[in-house]
Amino acid sequence: MIEFTLNGKVQKVEADADMPLLWVLRDVLHMTGTKYGCGMAMCGACTVHLDGDAIRSCTTPVSAAAGKSVSTIEGLSEDTSHPVQQAWREHNVPQCGYCQSGQIMSAVALLDSNPEPDDAAIDEFMQGNLCRCGTYPRIKAAIKTAAGKMGGKA
Amino acid sequence: MNPIKNASRREFLKLAGVGSGALVLGTVMPGWAPAWAESKTAESLSEMNLFVSIGSDDQVHIICHRSEMGQGIRTGLPQVVADELMADWNKVNVIQGLANEAYGSQNTDGSRSVRRFYQTMREMGAMARTMLEQAAAQQWKVSQDEVQARDHQVWHTASDRHLSYGELAEKAATLSAPEKDALVYKSKADFSYIGKDVAIVDLEDMLSGNTEFGIDIQMPDMLYASIERAPVLGANIDSVDDTQAKKVSGVVDVITMPQFSLPAAFKPLAGVAVLASNTWAATQGRKKLKISWTDSEHASHDSAKYLDTLKQRVQNRGKVIRSIGDAYTGMMNAVQTHSASYSLPYLIHAPMEPPAATAVFKDGLMEIWACTQTPQSTQSTVAQILELEKDQVKVNVTLLGGGFGRKSKPDFSVEAALLAKQTGKPVKVTWSREDEIQHGYYHAISAQYYEAGMDDTGRVTSWLQRTAFPSISWTFDGKTDAPSDGELSLGFGDLPFALDNLSCETQTAEGHIRIGWVRSVSNIQHGFAIGSFVDELADKLGREPRQMWLELLGSDRHVDPEPEGFKYGNYGDPKEKFPIDTARLKKVLNLVADKANVEQQTAANEAWGISVHRSFVSYTAVATKVRVKEGKLKVLEMHCAIDAGTIVNPDRVRSQMEGSMIFGLSLAMLGEISVEEGAVKQSNFHDYPILRMHQSPPISVYIVESDAPPGGVGEPGVPPVAASLANAIFRASGKRIRDLPVNKHLEV
Ligand code: FES
Ligand code: FES
Repeated sequence: MIEFTLNGKVQKVEADADMPLLWVLRDVLHMTGTKYGCGMAMCGACTVHLDGDAIRSCTTPVSAAAGKSVSTIEGLSEDTSHPVQQAWREHNVPQCGYCQSGQIMSAVALLDSNPEPDDAAIDEFMQGNLCRCGTYPRIKAAIKTAAGKMGGKA
Repeated sequence: MNPIKNASRREFLKLAGVGSGALVLGTVMPGWAPAWAESKTAESLSEMNLFVSIGSDDQVHIICHRSEMGQGIRTGLPQVVADELMADWNKVNVIQGLANEAYGSQNTDGSRSVRRFYQTMREMGAMARTMLEQAAAQQWKVSQDEVQARDHQVWHTASDRHLSYGELAEKAATLSAPEKDALVYKSKADFSYIGKDVAIVDLEDMLSGNTEFGIDIQMPDMLYASIERAPVLGANIDSVDDTQAKKVSGVVDVITMPQFSLPAAFKPLAGVAVLASNTWAATQGRKKLKISWTDSEHASHDSAKYLDTLKQRVQNRGKVIRSIGDAYTGMMNAVQTHSASYSLPYLIHAPMEPPAATAVFKDGLMEIWACTQTPQSTQSTVAQILELEKDQVKVNVTLLGGGFGRKSKPDFSVEAALLAKQTGKPVKVTWSREDEIQHGYYHAISAQYYEAGMDDTGRVTSWLQRTAFPSISWTFDGKTDAPSDGELSLGFGDLPFALDNLSCETQTAEGHIRIGWVRSVSNIQHGFAIGSFVDELADKLGREPRQMWLELLGSDRHVDPEPEGFKYGNYGDPKEKFPIDTARLKKVLNLVADKANVEQQTAANEAWGISVHRSFVSYTAVATKVRVKEGKLKVLEMHCAIDAGTIVNPDRVRSQMEGSMIFGLSLAMLGEISVEEGAVKQSNFHDYPILRMHQSPPISVYIVESDAPPGGVGEPGVPPVAASLANAIFRASGKRIRDLPVNKHLEV
């Protein structure tokens, strides 16, 4: 039995200690907002926060989450009102939508650590998140809009 | 096709998936019901026609029968219906249609959803609106011309009475559908939704993670399957040792998949499935399988050697598929000539969501949930392979995490169906990224040769072009050993240049791995080669590239390759309605060249490259600016102009163009699948990279205002990209890249 905090609530799971957090979320807890794209920390589709840091859940064994706090896209806001979600809405960012949970979770982590990222900082932080549909220009624009909403000047 | 039909209420509900398994799915995760399944049915639901139903609660339900994979079709087609229906968009609920021939084709590829169904959707909306007006007129006992539909209500202005659609629906549904010819359509000036930036209907769910893609399907008692497939096409299972696999905790069963003979078609590959209580256990178990494979005739296939062979073949005269005058005599009489050869490797789709399908076999009914671009061929292929009747196979379409042509092949749904039948349980088959990259349907490897002859004024008088690549037809018949007319219709046999002498030829190319459609298909290689060669001629003749294009395109006219011997497909559309129009090509070219100001002086090591291409009956031009310094490429900026005729949702056209620029850059800069000993070498994003944010430039999109009938949007952006990039690289660095990808020549 492994225990951690998931989106603010205590969560206990019965799972192999090495099962990646991604599959615990998806297959054991049936929370499919976090996506699989590569399984080797190459695409960012599976990005969640572990104690506030963006991590790739596909290569993070669930045991690494024991006693820590995990946040997923489902816990970001009750009503898609997080400033990053608002900015995504304003820019109509998603195409197929598949990579977007990971993109949003990365963007939130970026803005938490750097409230006024410039293009280079956005590129640097977000280059681990692939989007085959090609929503990068809008993601970049939305991150700047979100930074503005969150009090940064960008 | 006559899709106009009054479906019975039960049939509508059945088609809509309302009250079916789709709703049951939502109950697995309380509060997480997928939006598309959540059609809260009113007390009474009245169907106006196959696509429109109205509830007593005033909600309008519109069926989207095409697959959503990022192009926004679940918004676009309903937008058209709702506009003609004069419905309030806030009261519109979109329902995903199940596989059903009554809708017409559901095969969501070939950039044709709006192209083929724009008019049908207008009919559906106008028909329902007319029936609602009739119902109101009857109720008020007034003539029908005295009433008007507006804002989700029907009004009788003279007496200031109005009734809501919800109030009228039941009565309206009992009326017979008006004749198609009698329908009155809105004029363009009155459009409320067509041509407007309506936000996609799935946006909120995508922002909250409350989406249901093929990979997300959950069911009680479901088994998760991971399949180890034959590394070489045609190889079968010789022996399997699953002892260790079965010991992995969570593994429930190991099943050898049935083996099918070639041609590959849509049949699953030979393989061994590990079924477990979760995806992770299934993949861990799979790693422990010991399988030995039989030999295959394709085991000696080596893509590098094969490309050399194709490059040699195109140096020789081939089979002529279209000709004007005599290109060979033309070359001999030319004052100067120029020639070049181009090549592209195999490519794979790599949608962010790999293929995934879930199946349940119960009481003789096979029900499937899949991220499929083609529910109808999923239904027919599953029925055929499992020896079921078509109506025993029900196919639910989930959201697709990208498609790009991969999900037009139903092989993965067949795998799920086979396993569901054998186990008697719900089975989800999830492809890993490695599976997706190594066992796909590949964009064909290709080689081309071009030669032009010029007279003493520098006018191009003679043009020779040859192409060779394994055909998609080979995947299905195992015999075709040269490009098909269908593939040659994609940017090769439809060359739109004004020439005295032309010879378009093919060379042979046999298949060794499954060949399939990838976004814009053979336009990829043809757009690259022709777009590059025009730039080479411009350089040779000392013209501005734009000038060179305009000279070659010649006067404003409609090009018809048929009298010149080529059976041109024109993307399945009539040439009268969608001619090859050189004026439209020139218009997008001039638009993008002006906007990007491509002829202006650039900084050292920086330059613009342009290209223009017609595909899927739309016209796209691209200008790309690059910097090449110390062997390193940086794409600085891209501009793209599209003329796709009538536009339904400009924002989604822009997003498709942005995506196409990035998809095109990906394949041009990074894309390569190589095959050794019959097996694909690449396996994941480390060795099959796709463009990342830091490699992706700012993109400006210009949409040509047009009243022409709607053309394709999803694919036409891709073909000009690679050429515009290679041309920019040449002008910035003097380096002409004729063999893609670029990262073999420059750091990217
Ligand atoms: S699935 Fe985790 S990074 Fe790709
Ligand atoms: S929106 Fe489709 S992969 Fe990013």
